[in-house]
Amino acid sequence: MPFELPPLPYADTALEPYYSAKTFGFHHGKHHKAYVDNLNKLLPGSAYESLALEEIIRATAGDASKAGFFNNAAQVWNHTFFWHCMTPNGGGRPGGALAARLDAAFGGYEKFAEQFKAAAVGCFGSGWAWLVLERDELKVISTPNAETPLAQGQVALLTVDVWEHAYYLDYQNRRPDFVQTFLDHLVNWDFVARNLPG
Amino acid sequence: MAHQLPSLPYDFGALEPYIDTATMQIHHGKHHQAYVTNLNKAIEGTPFADLAIEELLAKIDSVPENIRTAVRNNGGGHANHSLFWKLMAPNAGGQPTGELAAAIDSAFGGFEAFKEKFTAAATTRFGSGWAWLVVKPNGSLEVYSTANQDSPLMTGDTPILGIDVWEHAYYLKYQNRRPEYITNFYNVINWDQVAANYAQARK
Repeated sequence: MPFELPPLPYADTALEPYYSAKTFGFHHGKHHKAYVDNLNKLLPGSAYESLALEEIIRATAGDASKAGFFNNAAQVWNHTFFWHCMTPNGGGRPGGALAARLDAAFGGYEKFAEQFKAAAVGCFGSGWAWLVLERDELKVISTPNAETPLAQGQVALLTVDVWEHAYYLDYQNRRPDFVQTFLDHLVNWDFVARNLPG
Repeated sequence: MAHQLPSLPYDFGALEPYIDTATMQIHHGKHHQAYVTNLNKAIEGTPFADLAIEELLAKIDSVPENIRTAVRNNGGGHANHSLFWKLMAPNAGGQPTGELAAAIDSAFGGFEAFKEKFTAAATTRFGSGWAWLVVKPNGSLEVYSTANQDSPLMTGDTPILGIDVWEHAYYLKYQNRRPEYITNFYNVINWDQVAANYAQARK
C-alpha cells in the first residue's frame, strides 16, 4: 500500500492571517506531497516496502546510503505532525498539566517560549525546532533538514518548521516574526498535551 | 576594517524575468546584510577581524571554537553571496569561451555534460546550500555541492561559479520549483566573470 498525503486537519484558510492559504497550497500541496510521492517511488522492491512510516524512519536513520528513504519518510512524518501542531485560535499559554510540566522543566511559559524561539531562529539553514520528551524530561531542541526526534529516542510533543518554504511567502526573511506568531496564535496545545504519554 | 555589504553590480530588476526584483532586494538587502552584520559581531576585537574574507575562511579550523560556527555560517554567507552577485549579469548566459571552455571540455567531456553535472548537484542538495564549479589546488575543475553556507574555500578549493539553492534564493518567484530556477540561472551566468575567476585561481 503506497503512503498517502493526509489532508490538512482544517481548511487551508483556517489559519489566516497568520499562515496563508497560499503557503498551505505549496507547503502541503507541493512539498509534503513530493515527499510522499518520492517515498512511494523508492519503496517498491526495497527492504522497507512493507514497513510502517515510523519503522522506515528508524531503520534508515544515520545511514548516509539510505538518505533518500530517510529524508522523504522523515519529512512525510514531520509535516503531518506539524499540521496538527497548529489550530485556528491557537497559541498563547497552555493550561492544566502541561502548564505545570513547562513550569517545572523551564521555569515558566515565558522561559520555555524564549528557548523554543531561540532554537527555531538559531537553526541555521533548513530544519525544525521541537519540544520533546526524553526519558521523563521535557527539552527544547532543533534538528537540521529532515532529522526527527523520533529517530533519536525522543517523543515529539510540538514542532515548528523553519525550512524557508514554511514561511517565506508570508514572512520572507523574518523568521523570528513567524516563530513568534506561531507561539502567540497557532500552537495547538491540546494536541501537544495528547502527545504526553499516560 | 569591518566587512561591508558590497553593492550589486546592476539594478535590482536587471536580471528579470529570470530573477525577480523583490527577490534581489530581500536577498541582497536583508539576507546578505545579516551575514555581514553577524560576521562582524562574531570577529570584532579578535585577531581575525583584520583578515580578508577569503583568508578567514581558509583558516576556519584555527578560528576559536566559541566563534567558529558563527564565522563559518556568516563568513561563508558573506563570501558566497559576494561571489554570487558578480556571477550573474543582464544579457548574459550562453557558453564559456577560450581557456575556460577548453578546461570544461577536458574535465567533463563538453559543456552539456558539465551543465548536467552542475544541474544535478544543485537539484539534489537536500535542504539549504550551494552547487559549485571549483578549481582544485592542482588546477583541475570539479563540480560539487555544499550544505548551508559552507564555502569551497574552507577545504582549499577556489569557487569560480556557484548557484545559491537556499529556498530564499528562489521561493518568491519559483516556490517549490527549484529545477526551473536552476534552468533559468543559465540565462544570467556571467561567463566573462567565471573566466576571470578561473584565470585568477590558476595564478
